[in-house]
Amino acid sequence: MNPTASATVTPALDTERIRADFPALHQEVNGHPLVYLDNAATTQKPQAVIDAVRTFYERDCANVHRGVHRLSQRATVAYEQARTTVKNYLHANDSREIVFTRSTTEGINLVASSFVRPRLEPGDEVLISAMEHHSNIVPWQLVCEERGARLVVVPIDDDGDIILSEYERLLTDRTKIVAVVHVSNALGTVNPVREMIATAHAKGVPVLVDGAQAVPHLAVDVCDLDCDFYVFSAHKVYGPTGIGALYAKRNRLLEMTPYQGGGDMILSVTFDRTTYAEPPHRFEAGTPNIEGAIGLAAALDHVDGIGLDAIAAHESRLLADATAAVLAVPGIRLIGTARHKASVLSFVMDGVHPHDIGTILDSEGIAVRAGHHCAQPVMARYGVSATVRASFALYNTAHEIDALVAGLQKVREVFG
Amino acid sequence: MSEMRELYQEIILDHNKRPRNCYVMNCATRTADGHNPLCGDVVKVYLRIEDGVIEEISFQGEGCAICTASTSIMTESVKGKTVADAKELFEGFHEMLTGVAAEQGVEFAKLKVFEGVREYPVRVKCATLAWHTLNAAMNDGDESVTTE
Repeated sequence: MNPTASATVTPALDTERIRADFPALHQEVNGHPLVYLDNAATTQKPQAVIDAVRTFYERDCANVHRGVHRLSQRATVAYEQARTTVKNYLHANDSREIVFTRSTTEGINLVASSFVRPRLEPGDEVLISAMEHHSNIVPWQLVCEERGARLVVVPIDDDGDIILSEYERLLTDRTKIVAVVHVSNALGTVNPVREMIATAHAKGVPVLVDGAQAVPHLAVDVCDLDCDFYVFSAHKVYGPTGIGALYAKRNRLLEMTPYQGGGDMILSVTFDRTTYAEPPHRFEAGTPNIEGAIGLAAALDHVDGIGLDAIAAHESRLLADATAAVLAVPGIRLIGTARHKASVLSFVMDGVHPHDIGTILDSEGIAVRAGHHCAQPVMARYGVSATVRASFALYNTAHEIDALVAGLQKVREVFG
Repeated sequence: MSEMRELYQEIILDHNKRPRNCYVMNCATRTADGHNPLCGDVVKVYLRIEDGVIEEISFQGEGCAICTASTSIMTESVKGKTVADAKELFEGFHEMLTGVAAEQGVEFAKLKVFEGVREYPVRVKCATLAWHTLNAAMNDGDESVTTE
């Protein structure tokens, strides 16, 4: 799958019109127009998302799946419609395969706890890659430690690509799950997850894909990928914080033990015996983040309205232009030069620490991330403690890349 | 740009480029490790204290310009001072960066270059990491501190 390729030429995005939908973009920071290039951390929100959350509280606020009254019915319909919107966005077959979570992190923890932990025997292995976010490392370390299993890591090459021959070698009959990132938050690498899933399935190993950085940038089709689990967060795709979703194949969900106990996840409760609700509600204990789910649906509708093909083409151009422009600044070294990349430009500058670059860019109104990006093993792999990361979204412009480069030249002026 | 010059004064840039007392001390009587988990800055402070006086101080570490320069200038400021005097400097430095602008003695002049950091709350920890680490070394030694 090459997600950025399109048979027809996609028209350029009308960024001026698109930016008009994002109120937060229209502000000054330190006397300069805001240049927001920290989208891999979180994206700004369109008015449609803000309005959807607001409308819920102004008109439909009630708990879901209970009251017979009108507001509760409206809230329930909106919440379950949001599930259908997520299902459609991921091209899943069945809304019952979508579980709302707090985040990508919670989705991974849920799978680690309810699917992997009961199946893990001493000596078993969990296979991840060397470019995972801490959220796709630590949950596995926890269950491995508890069960006496081993976390095995597939190495990456200097460009930031997974070494596929190593992946095949490390997939064994001891492997109980593969957990791999779709798009790396630190390097921008788009991994060949479809092929990796086929390889794992050939050996009977289920696969979880961390899609946090993929869903804003490329069309995801979980049926085509054939992944067993796919997780993402709303806030990286223009939705609210505190809400995410887990896609899981129906037969996997039916095999899984509950994650948390409480209201909403049960059929009946006595002190002797409790029977659980069917998935997905079995995995949604307690009153859910209703406005979050509604906001997430509004965000996905907004992205669909613009079109992921057009977004991917726009962001590819931005990334290519930004890469060339930033490399023209003396002393810059890119971290992450994979052939297939999305949205992320990670780099270091000779003699200047990323935090100092981040502070000087901020003084020019430019927001980037400076740090280890919750991927310390990736930093260690490249022998750096931190990088500067500019990450692009559908509302970024060529003009903002000029501003970034001018900002980096100012860094050079200060540091000599 | 002028605010950036105020933050990154020449003396800070100079200490960042050529940190003083930056070496492993084999005869240290006290050491402590400091770590800022949010940004990954790490520093190890070595002390040789004799009769309550800091006879020798050095450090090793990895951090931003503010962190490196602050550590370097700190080692120059406390070398030869009593532990009590060094603690007083630490308190004064901490107060300067957290808003209390107390009057300071002459020996504090050198540390004034970090006054501008106060305007950047997320960077205050970069400047104070070394001092917290020094303080830990003076108190008990051989312990690890974090800014969190």
